[in-house]
Amino acid sequence: MLDDWLYLGIFTVISLFLPAAAITIAALLSPKKPDPLKTSIYECGMETVGETWIQFKPQYYVYALVYLVFDVETIFLYPWAVAYNQVGLFAVVEALLFIAILLGGLLYAWRKGALEWA
Amino acid sequence: MITGLQAFFLVNALITLFAAVKVVSSRKLVHAALWLVLALMGVAATFAMLGSRFFSVIQVFVYIGAIATLIIVAVMLTRNSMEDVGPQVNRGWWLPLVVVVLLFVGLVVVLSGWGDFGLSTRTVGAEGENVMELGKALVDPNGFVLPFEIASALLLGAMVAAIYLATDRKEGKR
Amino acid sequence: MIPISWFLIFSAALFCIGLFGVLARKNTIGMLMGVELMLNAVNINLLAFWAYRYAGQMNGLVFVAIVFAAAAAEAAVGLALIISVYRRRTTVMADELNLMKG
Repeated sequence: MLDDWLYLGIFTVISLFLPAAAITIAALLSPKKPDPLKTSIYECGMETVGETWIQFKPQYYVYALVYLVFDVETIFLYPWAVAYNQVGLFAVVEALLFIAILLGGLLYAWRKGALEWA
Repeated sequence: MITGLQAFFLVNALITLFAAVKVVSSRKLVHAALWLVLALMGVAATFAMLGSRFFSVIQVFVYIGAIATLIIVAVMLTRNSMEDVGPQVNRGWWLPLVVVVLLFVGLVVVLSGWGDFGLSTRTVGAEGENVMELGKALVDPNGFVLPFEIASALLLGAMVAAIYLATDRKEGKR
Repeated sequence: MIPISWFLIFSAALFCIGLFGVLARKNTIGMLMGVELMLNAVNINLLAFWAYRYAGQMNGLVFVAIVFAAAAAEAAVGLALIISVYRRRTTVMADELNLMKG
């Protein structure tokens, strides 16, 4: 058991180390000769308009919300899927009911126009 | 003598509690949200130490992948919370502090009176929880099929309510 | 092995920090983050009791799954409420939301 977690720990350390090393080495090795043009904010070659902290569309929130709900669905459906071979037809009907109830929410979001990027 | 696992627990607990303190005390809400991600990560590691592999992964998926994202999106949507310069806590902030310190002391006193407080052997095996048994119990008519279906109804209600509240009715199409 | 008391004290501390956030924060999103910390502390407690006392039973695990679902629902509706209020009043500070004050 400990061995598995040891591997996971090593992966975590490496995955933390690599980006940190990349940023640190870049900061140490790069020559620093700033001028106004170089330090100006770059966005697709355009001059930026207004502040950096702008308020964006609430559509993003709705997408994140629908994602959250179907993410939570996996908590219940994954154990069911693991036990699929051992449970009978009744369990399949239950799981279909579970999915159907949540699909009602998706249909609501659809009809409400929340999924359209307009 | 402290074993390696115990040392790991202590380090992880310290990091998590520090991150939690930063969550409730950061002036900038985006920073608080990012500290929250670290605290949730520490909780996921704690779940792993308790032998629950499934919920350790679910913690990363649901809390860090979805709930923390939702909170960060909400922080960015309510823009003045990011640029707020005033005090972030109420004027009488010391009163909640006294309350929570008293609550913590009370909890520790009550818990230490519990007979199994010094229990130090886990009954769960090295392989963690049995997800297949959990799945069977969830759809078992004599088990937890009602919570299973009610959870879905709860999520449906939350989804409909949140979409209704979040979509703009003034400027939107309907 | 780690004694169960360590987990219980850790989760009690996490719960108290979260409660402080809920009680003392002005920003409603900050209060919601405190609630998330409290729910996490609850989950640690449930899993600790499950792992040390009732590992053969599924009650604790099902409870944890339901807490996850409740936490997701709470975060979704809470944040949607905050966004809706923000759109009308352009503030998320709890002490400025005093329309219902007598």
